[in-house]
Amino acid sequence: MKLIYEKSVADRNGVRVPLSDVPKAEGFPEQLRRKQPAAFPEVSELDLVRHFTNLSRRNFSVDTNFYPLGSCTMKYNAKIMEDVAGLFSDCHPMLALIPGGEKLVQGPLSLIHGLERQLAEITGMDEVTTQPLAGAHGEMTGIMVIAAYHKARGENRKYVIVPDSSHGTNPASAAMAGYEIVTIPTAPYGDMDLDAYRAAMNGEVAAVMMTCPNTLGLFNPHVAEICAIAHEAGALTYYDGANLNAIMGKVRPGDVGFDVIHVNLHKTFGTPHGGGGPGSGPVGVKAGLIPYLPTPRVVRKDDGSFSVEAHPEGIGRVSDFFGNFGIMARAFAYITLLGREGLIEVSEQAVLNANYMMARLKGAYDLPFDLTCMHECVFSASRQAKNGVHAIDIAKYLIDRGFHPPTVYFPLNVKEAIMIEPTETESKETMDAFIAVMLEAAQLAGSDPDALHEAPVNTPVGRLDETRAARAQQVCCEG
Amino acid sequence: MGYTPNTPEEIRDMLAVIGAGSVEDLFAPIPQELRAKSFDLPAGMSEFELTALMRAKAAAGGSDITPFIGGGVYDHVIPAAVGHLASRAEFYTAYTPYQPECSQGTLQALYEYQSAICRMTGMEASNASLYDGGTAVAEAALMALRITGRHAIVLDATVNPLHREVVCEYLGSLEAKVTQVAPKGCGSDLERLMACIGDETAAVVVQTPNFFGSVEDFAALADKAHQHGALLVVSCYPIALGLVQTPGEMGADIAVGEGQSLGNTLSFGGPYFGFIATKKRYIRNMPGRIVGETVDKEGRRGYVLTLQAREQHIKRHKATSNICSNQSLCALRGLIFAAALGKKGFQDLAALNYDKAQYAKSVLSKVQGVSVLNAGATFNEFTISLPKGGAEVVESLLASGVAAGVPLGEYYPGMDNALVVTVTEKRTKGEIDRLAALLEEAL
Repeated sequence: MKLIYEKSVADRNGVRVPLSDVPKAEGFPEQLRRKQPAAFPEVSELDLVRHFTNLSRRNFSVDTNFYPLGSCTMKYNAKIMEDVAGLFSDCHPMLALIPGGEKLVQGPLSLIHGLERQLAEITGMDEVTTQPLAGAHGEMTGIMVIAAYHKARGENRKYVIVPDSSHGTNPASAAMAGYEIVTIPTAPYGDMDLDAYRAAMNGEVAAVMMTCPNTLGLFNPHVAEICAIAHEAGALTYYDGANLNAIMGKVRPGDVGFDVIHVNLHKTFGTPHGGGGPGSGPVGVKAGLIPYLPTPRVVRKDDGSFSVEAHPEGIGRVSDFFGNFGIMARAFAYITLLGREGLIEVSEQAVLNANYMMARLKGAYDLPFDLTCMHECVFSASRQAKNGVHAIDIAKYLIDRGFHPPTVYFPLNVKEAIMIEPTETESKETMDAFIAVMLEAAQLAGSDPDALHEAPVNTPVGRLDETRAARAQQVCCEG
Repeated sequence: MGYTPNTPEEIRDMLAVIGAGSVEDLFAPIPQELRAKSFDLPAGMSEFELTALMRAKAAAGGSDITPFIGGGVYDHVIPAAVGHLASRAEFYTAYTPYQPECSQGTLQALYEYQSAICRMTGMEASNASLYDGGTAVAEAALMALRITGRHAIVLDATVNPLHREVVCEYLGSLEAKVTQVAPKGCGSDLERLMACIGDETAAVVVQTPNFFGSVEDFAALADKAHQHGALLVVSCYPIALGLVQTPGEMGADIAVGEGQSLGNTLSFGGPYFGFIATKKRYIRNMPGRIVGETVDKEGRRGYVLTLQAREQHIKRHKATSNICSNQSLCALRGLIFAAALGKKGFQDLAALNYDKAQYAKSVLSKVQGVSVLNAGATFNEFTISLPKGGAEVVESLLASGVAAGVPLGEYYPGMDNALVVTVTEKRTKGEIDRLAALLEEAL
């Protein structure tokens, strides 16, 4: 498909800007003017609409395809969330920061406070900040809070421990917060190696970051012990909430011994993923860490009204305003709509669907950790790899058959990993159709490996040359 | 309730396949003593009740106030097509395009977005978006540290104070040294900025137009920085770039900014997007996703996420940034906005902003006791001084439904009587005249 710039015709007008009701001003200095106008495309509104409508049709999405991308929780995004979030379109955030403005924005402030309370109850934490703009941003914020805590106690700890199965964002976020990383291997039973962890823990460790259930979809039964070992050494415990969808109403990280958590609203709380964001990554903490949350805080006063207050001991601002408010509004709406029983049902059905998927596929694919899983299961295509068919080939075959592939080659500690997260919003019927294609792929891997190597053939483009892209570095079109 | 479709019969069948007696059995790996101590949330409600609740909250959201405030985010027109096209579910219910063959829609759009950012800023390479303006400035500073291998940043205090707070928070963690240079009037203190650049300086960070609304040329500062092996980072306001000199024209090495004004609603602070663009030679030091052009086996053009070896999912703690999800959908809105207005519309929009602000300047400066503080050119914001406290005046005008500006006292010592007034194309002559009349009354 042509680029929008290739559809541009000189002097064709797009959308009209408003008419002016003031005199034309002169006198903007020549030296400060841009010399060449920005070469934005010159297309009619209809050209524009066709271009982007047709582009959109070149995507798989939750609304068009089953999208079992492990670790990403691609559940259905209810339409009502879009409608209610749109109600706040014209609310200017600076109003909250100018003198006397708070009383004019009580609605959005009450929503922020309300969401903080909901998330605190769901995770078992005492206070929450909504400032972080995505999961990784939440991780960085959480580790900064931990750093501020240690610093206030006059301690200069240097290390953060992460298991090798963690999301890449965990070590990357801790590094951005100024820490060196210690990586702990996975034991044969699927969880972080406890002995290696014990050996690594000492008075120089600031925190351990855990994902639980972990990226293998397994709940670590030693999680309380892991927390206790950290606390004994004066370290804090960080819970990566990426997989919270599995445990709502069943376990609360705060009850287990975690001090800090981030939550990905775009995963567990049904907000759309937007083709790669916007997400939202609120951070919850236990009481002892409240002083170190980022400034400012939304505070509920005794008379029931809300104010925005500086949080002087806390870490500074990690984003410009109160977080990705539109995403927060959707999550608040989701939690309010589903309520207590609805959220419990979400986790139960997510876990049921994943275990069903695992049970149906484990005859055809290797299952490195054959245990009851939580919200996702991780297979390996190593059996198929002996015939030269790799996880990527199976993924591309699924595309031809109308399914978005699972996450492949992650977690890194499973060879040829295929990580499937069906989520609770998919029916048995949809999963059965997917399972049938997965079984077919496993069979083809034995009988006709080349059929898989050719895939996909039903897409606008076939497999793309990524090496060439990295070498050419063609990242914008000339003009 | 939770959009969970399986019927009791299907659930029974599934449990039989799994070999479990009940759904609860599946939670057996979680030891009893770790089970939730509380889960005290209200019962759910219907869409209709929810809508009423949310309407009530939105009604108390200040959207009836006439905003002459900016602070980095602005009340601009958004063509109807932007919302409609970005609301295509194929865009908004997809995720990061890890599988390019079934994500060409998102990938091509992001490539077009990157191209739009390059054309707008006069730079050579853009990524696929960052979180917001403040984090974009912070990421630019971190990028400069990586490129130069140095540890000091010179930060012009005419940069948006909210953004500076974010920069200081990010850099503080890494014990990088940030030297802030106080403004000179409403402009940058160029002499001081230049004097602060040394051989340990990684970058000088400036903004155009600055927080006071002044437009300045940083070409000489770029030269000075380059002489010392330092970079120039310019934070810029997209709509202004329909008129004013681009970071590229000034010799900037990295251009960043808040992208909200390109087709994203105010939405009480987000979601917006940050943009970052640089020279091609620094591309491997950029944070975040980058989309590149390539071909398939049959030579058909296509787009992929590229240079992923910079990123956290490959490099883990050695990545250029921890960023994973960015603000793709907001960036898409930015692209559609730019394409909807087009080359001419973008210039017209900037000119209209300039005209309206110049009109407001002339009207407000006629109010007894009010004077404009900016010495040189401004775009759609300017700073006025009042005979009394800006905070008090702003608060009193809110009662008349007008947010007159952002008082500077909180951000700049000694500027208690000053306000930054923002006038976008959406403010009518009538609204501007009313602001003048209300100010006259209040003073």
